Amino acid sequence: MDATPAVDALMEQTPAVAPMDVAPLLEARDISKYFGAVVALEGVSLLVRAGQVTCLLGDNGAGKSTLIKTLSGVYRPDKGTLAVDGQPVEFGSPRDALDAGIATVYQDLSVMPLMSITRNFFLGNEPTVGVGPFKRFDIPKAAGIAREEMKRIGIDVRDTDQAVGTLSGGERQTLAIARAEYFGARVLILDEPTSALGVKQSAIVLRHIVAARNRGLGVIFITHNVSHALPIGDTFTILSRGKTGGQFKRGEVDDTQLHSQMGGGDELHELTRELEALARAERRPPAAAHAPAAAHAPAPGPDQPASH
Amino acid sequence: MTSTTTAAPRAPGSDRLRDISLAQRFLGRPAAGALIIVLFVFLIFFAISVAQRGLDAPFLSLAGTLNYLDVAAQVGIIATAVALLMIAGEFDLSIGSMVGFAGIIMGIGITIWNLPVWLSIVMAMALATFLGAVNGFIVVRTGLPSFIVTLATLFIIRGASSVLTSTVSPITYIPVDPTKIASDPLGALFAWNLPIQLGGGATTSIQVSIFFWVLIAVVGVYVLGRTRFGNWIAGVGGSGAAARNLGVPVARVKIALFALTGFSAAVLAAIQTTRFTSADILRGTGYELDAITTAVIGGSLLTGGYGSVAGTALGALALGMARQGIVFADINADWYKIAIGTLLLVAVVLNSWIRRKFAGLT
Repeated sequence: MDATPAVDALMEQTPAVAPMDVAPLLEARDISKYFGAVVALEGVSLLVRAGQVTCLLGDNGAGKSTLIKTLSGVYRPDKGTLAVDGQPVEFGSPRDALDAGIATVYQDLSVMPLMSITRNFFLGNEPTVGVGPFKRFDIPKAAGIAREEMKRIGIDVRDTDQAVGTLSGGERQTLAIARAEYFGARVLILDEPTSALGVKQSAIVLRHIVAARNRGLGVIFITHNVSHALPIGDTFTILSRGKTGGQFKRGEVDDTQLHSQMGGGDELHELTRELEALARAERRPPAAAHAPAAAHAPAPGPDQPASH
Repeated sequence: MTSTTTAAPRAPGSDRLRDISLAQRFLGRPAAGALIIVLFVFLIFFAISVAQRGLDAPFLSLAGTLNYLDVAAQVGIIATAVALLMIAGEFDLSIGSMVGFAGIIMGIGITIWNLPVWLSIVMAMALATFLGAVNGFIVVRTGLPSFIVTLATLFIIRGASSVLTSTVSPITYIPVDPTKIASDPLGALFAWNLPIQLGGGATTSIQVSIFFWVLIAVVGVYVLGRTRFGNWIAGVGGSGAAARNLGVPVARVKIALFALTGFSAAVLAAIQTTRFTSADILRGTGYELDAITTAVIGGSLLTGGYGSVAGTALGALALGMARQGIVFADINADWYKIAIGTLLLVAVVLNSWIRRKFAGLT
């Protein structure tokens, strides 16, 4: 099953979009972050509204990770401000960001493969029963909730005792997303959730991102993969060498523009030209040496693609 | 492709799970390998004993069983704490030195300073717990591997025991007056044993170490499996960064477990000091490796995030059986190290095979 049509249909559903005069869920204004002499971020701005997917695009080293860590309370910005619901905030720790409803799902640091689904789901937020020294982790309750929540996001788990390591990469990411949402996240920051995944697994994750948006969450989707960002993004912010390289709305921009804004576009065109030249150079000699054999080979022509 | 424009996501993965049998479920537990190892060790010494002396062999007698249970208990008391620490992704190589050091503190308190036995024991326990916490603090603060940090403290603590002892005594141990121990509530508790009448006027006894071991193991199983803190232990070991992102106080968990390891060393030191009525600077030498071996046989991963307290108790049982089984069978005691090394290797291979095959983990 092709993923794209389903995602498109989901995108057409009217999400619980907040009107534009309501303050954004999370806004970063003119954020700068320095590590010694290194300028990691310089005057970067980004915002996400309820029911929107804000795509943050950038090549490796563009400052994506630094920006996420600033938004999620790991780093404090050297300059600039963060605002939640229009109110300026300062995060001293990831816990502060979590308490403000901002949950970050890191690429491969979101789940423990050796722990069970239930234990992963409630790590750091375990429900308890009993009092005083006899307070204990309410595992039956946790297992029940984990099963329900996994079902809600479309993963039917028979046994929540099963180790997360037995789930696929896409399922692990969706578990982390479902967990963040269950624990009251209003803003989901997803750090390259699809970069280590195959096509089908990526589609599963993208579909869940859109579903979360349609439930009224604000999503910041970090990726360097334009073809994953385009189908699901409401707005696109490009980060290039630590600076905001451009901001676009859905429908205003196509993949070529995004690529060139990311700073990789020129390199990609250059690479395409080089590869085409290389392919032409390789095809010519045998065709010239054995004229009869060339009849079996496709005739070289201007409409012939460089690769088959 | 209009047929695919369904909004509801499918249930991916549900067709990828199969029903598994009860036996497979059992083998998917981290302690499964340790249970197999214990049965294996028991059968070997059972066979040797029966071949040598039939069913009257000492290994099979009640006295013999209580003897190897006592040996298992002494390893098991510290191995439980070491296993929890390993599940949290850290090592403590200083635990053997800590056993010696805590004993020396008790000896100095009782014999040199003439303090009550209970006060000396409490003092040593507090100090060992504090030093354990210091180990943890250094590891957490520097971010250095605990293997290196505690290797350093292994030397420092062992050296401190020698230096301290040399300032108060011309010899390398401190004798403790048995009557003082017997008349002190805490001293008597750690030196206690439950006598049992055997047929024909013979007696044996259950050492208090066995009760402490069972108590500590039961509490450990409960904490790891049924409490928030237990969930944090596994999470911290699985990935410190991810656990921190989820709000788990990673540093506090690790420091607490290092402190617990120090405390468990002092418990063992109290048992040994009161039973042998002396403190020796060399006591506890090599225990750190026994404890790690036990935890690994019990199914704990050196890399953290996975392990079992129940498995560790079984690992201690296997170690105790092997050590005393060799003694009872009149085999040269040098074979013990060969046996333990072999056991460790077999257990690691078995455990990793079980993890792959039955728990579906790599």
